Amino acid sequence: MTVAIETGQTVIHGDRVSLLRVLGPAHVWALGVGIVLVGEFTGWNFAADKGGALAALIVCWIVGLLYTSVAMIDSEVTSTVAAAGGQYAQAKHIVGPLMAFNVALFLVFAYTMLEVSDAILLGDTIVAKAGVEGLTHNSFIAATIVVLAWLNYRGVLMTLNVNFVITAVAYISIIILFFSVSPWTQGAVLKLNELVTPGNALPYGWIGVIAAFQFGIWYYLGIEGTTQAAEEVRSPARSLPYGTMAGMITLLIAAAMTWYVCASLMPWEYLGITYYPLWDAGKLTGSPLLENLLFIATLLAALASANGCINDAARAWFSLGRDRYLPSWFSAVHPKYRTPYRSILFLLPIALAFAFIADLNQAITFSILSGVLQYTFMSINIMMFRKKWPLGSIRRGYTHPFHPLPAIVLFCLCVVTFFAIFLGFGSQLIAMVAFYFLISLWFHFYRYKFVRRGDQFTMPWPKPQGY
Amino acid sequence: MSRYIPPEQNKAGQVFDIAVVVVAIFVALWLPLKLGLAGAAKSIDALDAKTWDALGQNATMAAIWEKLGYTPETAHDIIQNRFHYIIDWPTLIIMAVVLIGYFVFLFRASDREYREVINEKFDDK
Repeated sequence: MTVAIETGQTVIHGDRVSLLRVLGPAHVWALGVGIVLVGEFTGWNFAADKGGALAALIVCWIVGLLYTSVAMIDSEVTSTVAAAGGQYAQAKHIVGPLMAFNVALFLVFAYTMLEVSDAILLGDTIVAKAGVEGLTHNSFIAATIVVLAWLNYRGVLMTLNVNFVITAVAYISIIILFFSVSPWTQGAVLKLNELVTPGNALPYGWIGVIAAFQFGIWYYLGIEGTTQAAEEVRSPARSLPYGTMAGMITLLIAAAMTWYVCASLMPWEYLGITYYPLWDAGKLTGSPLLENLLFIATLLAALASANGCINDAARAWFSLGRDRYLPSWFSAVHPKYRTPYRSILFLLPIALAFAFIADLNQAITFSILSGVLQYTFMSINIMMFRKKWPLGSIRRGYTHPFHPLPAIVLFCLCVVTFFAIFLGFGSQLIAMVAFYFLISLWFHFYRYKFVRRGDQFTMPWPKPQGY
Repeated sequence: MSRYIPPEQNKAGQVFDIAVVVVAIFVALWLPLKLGLAGAAKSIDALDAKTWDALGQNATMAAIWEKLGYTPETAHDIIQNRFHYIIDWPTLIIMAVVLIGYFVFLFRASDREYREVINEKFDDK
């Protein structure tokens, strides 16, 4: 049986060397915001395509509510189940092995496809800036994915230190842009009243607002990735809720500023299809300084996001191997760098392949689909967690308020988002769910026989109520 | 409850399982792209008169399009490329059934597995 023993910074599972406990709240913030901030630089604006500029604002706030629920729920469960794999470890202890297997796949797909989207964005942005005929994005995509995988291979602390710096620079660029365009004055640079009019604010009506939920998710998708670092933070009970909540506040502010500037600078039809809304906003101000700043910030945001995604996807995959849900070969930790190096290397060619065959909004949709499936699980998971271990029965690092309201809000918003995906991307949704269903049959009826039963439950908790 | 001892998987079996997962991932993500099932369901509502006015663009919007390097002709396919939100009820029902069926299967099968885990874990003590 695997026994987790904490020895200073290192956690040892039985006789296996494990991950290093070296991260603080700032790294948690950098991991969460680093993954998500790219959503302000591309992706959120496709919500304007599906519903108009005003719809993009409405979903910015409503989906913000969804993610606030996610952050609250996640903070409670993760500060109690502090293990690599994040929501995977939660599902394993609260719902059961098959759910855990699926949740890990949601995580791997959401993050790998987000990484693919980041690499495509970075490649396309460089190609657009270079303006050289015949130049393609392929070499930039390959270099991005390979270099970041190498960085992740070399160590988590260095990876997240890099993320902290580049995320902070990208975030500051949004603030600089916002204050450079005199946001308190309409007409000089910003022309919101002339671009978002009563006639075009909701071109598809309210059904467009619902449809826009799909890409509204992109404002914040990945903030829950903070939990992947649970086994590598020095104080999970403090760092994870603090880093996640601070990240959510940061993102809500960035999303509101981004919408206001972009919707005040370009028509919704263009805003809805551009790959670089903030860089375009920089161009449209007429300031070369802002244009170049936003160009660099777009690249940095894409790099930070892809970096965090490799980190998170590899840890989810590593956890599957460690519990024998997948071949245990994946559970190896590098003897020198203490990273899940085989998982990092395994996912590398998959990311590369899809970066070359998918386009940006297809990759984003794949990622969103897996994300929404995961949030649906989370809303039910917290209800089961409170029922099986009521307050007071185990020590929680953080207890979220207003339960079960956040879970109900999250569940309802997930249902609306599924409907939103159906509006325009329904076939893709059915194909993805069919895949998860088939792979679940493979796991339940075949793969699970290799899994040790009792060893999966590693938390020092009493027996759950009702069992 | 007797403790479950899983079979040891040999290397060939592990490689085979890895191959199954890789193939499944590529089928799930690549097939929708190949079959054209991925991507937005949009179509262009073509206009005969390609002017900023006919495209519903006021003077401010037209000036921005031009600053971005577009003419009414080149902007036409962007502006008129629209979603048509007609709810296809059979597809919606299929989607709902697939989703609900998937989650019901997940929770029920997980619960069966979970009971084994809990029994073995806590009966050992």
